Amino acid sequence: MTPSTGTPPDAAELRRRVAEFVAEHDPAATDQTEFLAARFDAGLAWVHFPVGAGGLGAPRALQNVVDAEFERHGFVPAGREGLVIGLGMAAPTIAAFGTREQRDRFLKPLYTGEEVWCQLFSEPGAGSDLAAVGTRAVRDGADWVVHGQKVWTSLAHRARWALLLARTDPEVPKHRGLTYFICDMTAPGVDVRPLRQITGEAEFNEVYLDGVRLPDSLRLGEVGQGWKVALTTLMNERVSIGGRPEPREGGLIGIVSDLWRTRPELRTRGLHEELLRLWVAAEAARLTRERLRQQTAVGQPGPEGSAVKLSFAELNQRISGLELELLGVDGLTYDDWSFRRPDGPDLLGRGAGFRYLRSRGNSIEGGTSEILRTVIAERVLGLPAEPRTDKDVAWKDLPR
Amino acid sequence: MSTSEPNLLYSDVEQELRASVRQLLADRCPWRSVLDRVSGPGDPAEAADLALWRELAALGVAGLSVAEDLGGAGATARESSVVAEELGRAVAPVPFLGSAVLATSALTALDGREPVRALLADLAAGGRTAALAVPLSTAPGADFPTLVRAEGGTLHGTVPGVADALTADVLVVPAVAADGPGLYLVEADRAVRTPVVSLDQTRPLAEVRLDGAAAVAVASGRRAADALESALVAGAALLAAEQLGAAEWALDTTVAHLKERVQFGRPLGSFQALKHRLADLWVSLSQARAVVRNAAGALADGSPDAPLAAALAQAFVSEVAVRAAEEAVQLHGGTGFTWEYPVHLYLKRAKSSAIALGTADRHRARIAELVDLPPAP
Repeated sequence: MTPSTGTPPDAAELRRRVAEFVAEHDPAATDQTEFLAARFDAGLAWVHFPVGAGGLGAPRALQNVVDAEFERHGFVPAGREGLVIGLGMAAPTIAAFGTREQRDRFLKPLYTGEEVWCQLFSEPGAGSDLAAVGTRAVRDGADWVVHGQKVWTSLAHRARWALLLARTDPEVPKHRGLTYFICDMTAPGVDVRPLRQITGEAEFNEVYLDGVRLPDSLRLGEVGQGWKVALTTLMNERVSIGGRPEPREGGLIGIVSDLWRTRPELRTRGLHEELLRLWVAAEAARLTRERLRQQTAVGQPGPEGSAVKLSFAELNQRISGLELELLGVDGLTYDDWSFRRPDGPDLLGRGAGFRYLRSRGNSIEGGTSEILRTVIAERVLGLPAEPRTDKDVAWKDLPR
Repeated sequence: MSTSEPNLLYSDVEQELRASVRQLLADRCPWRSVLDRVSGPGDPAEAADLALWRELAALGVAGLSVAEDLGGAGATARESSVVAEELGRAVAPVPFLGSAVLATSALTALDGREPVRALLADLAAGGRTAALAVPLSTAPGADFPTLVRAEGGTLHGTVPGVADALTADVLVVPAVAADGPGLYLVEADRAVRTPVVSLDQTRPLAEVRLDGAAAVAVASGRRAADALESALVAGAALLAAEQLGAAEWALDTTVAHLKERVQFGRPLGSFQALKHRLADLWVSLSQARAVVRNAAGALADGSPDAPLAAALAQAFVSEVAVRAAEEAVQLHGGTGFTWEYPVHLYLKRAKSSAIALGTADRHRARIAELVDLPPAP
């Protein structure tokens, strides 16, 4: 690849490049992995990434243009559900903090889907207070040796690599003693165990790290700068806003509305009132996502992004709860309690009971609703922070 | 169901219009002057600020939706919606909703003949104002009102709770004649207008009694009913924008207060119990903004979804605006309960507006009809 010089491409130029690319690589006749590899090499994977890292240094907003163009030419990649952490979190973090060698090694197989990623962040003792993680990484010559336990780890059983946040200096306050690593999930000492959830299945895992040796070349960012790197990862951990409008009644509210329409014998006055309230709330939330999508498309994303996950969780919970009540005797049943290992979250599939139980996780995963409210109050509204007792205390001296 | 979503953003032109209206209101309609207007013992009509209305008209506010050849701006509901946000933010006591939205929308829905054309030109210029003679609580989708009878060119009947009628020069009256519904114009001084002591003093109401007042028929039958309906739909959509503006004032003012006010040795805004309430309110307001833009866009685009979008806006935003105002009163503590501080103006406006043009409950029932979610038997 020849690094381009001069100004980054605009929307028209990107459309031209996609058309040229598709002319050379027929989406219908090319193997998906090969197609994606070539797309990466052409800088059309993430156009806002640097040249050589799957991008062209274009404005981030133009990624939507490129995705829409590929879709228009009939290319919609399949089987990408297991890649959410790699695509959504690992890629932007590696692009921002990775060395040249790390970018070259990791980004392409991540993009093509040949390598699955997971995230070793949360611990039994560090959930909302992520900066309190206690998994220790100790320097030993050219390596780091890691001991600790991580939880709520989606995809760990399929992952080749992980984003790992570990403590390298317990003597300083918690935010300052962290370092960020890429963890080799095939290394000796990595033990992945399924963590069964209230739904009966094990979408998540717990991961034990027992003397795992990681070469220093897998460190991402400087020693002691792990919190700064983790914030980049967390900023990308949000409900992603797609490139196309969602239809009205596209989500869970559509399922319940159709149930109401097709099963008149289930209708009661109280449930009608509740259904209408939720229909209004769901439509308002959909229009808010649509407005955010339009803002993002013109390069002006607003702070509404932080509102989207909060209302998504609450609505899923209320709508799925209504669905069970509406179902009456059928609401007393559950589709299957057997211990399964799904590839990813399935919020709309399976039965109503599953949807109700799975939705309880929506206000816990990816930042609890309580933490999100605090984030909105402090970062959007500018309200003062709560007084903190842990800010200037060495991590090792914190109560736990 | 529409295939394309309305544009939910604000254009540069809309933001310029917002800035000029906001500046005028900051100069001419600070909350102290609104409070003064409603604090005296005088006639409720004196709360209305017609001098301010003429200045707003000079900016084009009175004739935004009136055609350019009649002296209007030839703009759409999108621009009107932005202006409504600003008027709500200032609880401006001007006849925007009654005259520039409800009466004007009924008239622009008719094909432009005299005397409608001349009246629209006067309304756009701000020289005269009009009111739509329906109870302000009338919801879109309701049956054609039967409060007024038309007989041989005269009108008979009484209409309670008419907004902006006290200061109006002309009344646009839906009335029923022997051959069906019609819309009529009546010179306002031919009606007996009795002031009502209104919950929201910044939007004066009157009972309008017509005892054989001479009237000019401007539409009949289906055309009259459609014109009234389109006025109520536009009113619902634009009232929601006004509610959004008022709610934003309430949130902004409460946030500012909680940053300043210190109790227990810390700013009140650092207490999580209060932060989370305001965060939830901000989330609701960001949704209200999308819903309001959607309604304005659907009207502007002439979308068949406009009645649904307007009903959604009222069903959603009414409750958000009332919550914002109630939270503002509560979180200002003792100050919020005093007459001297303006929060009560916003509470009264918000609660009245939640009833105006149909309660949220009526709009939910309308949505149920429009999206086929029938009630239980």
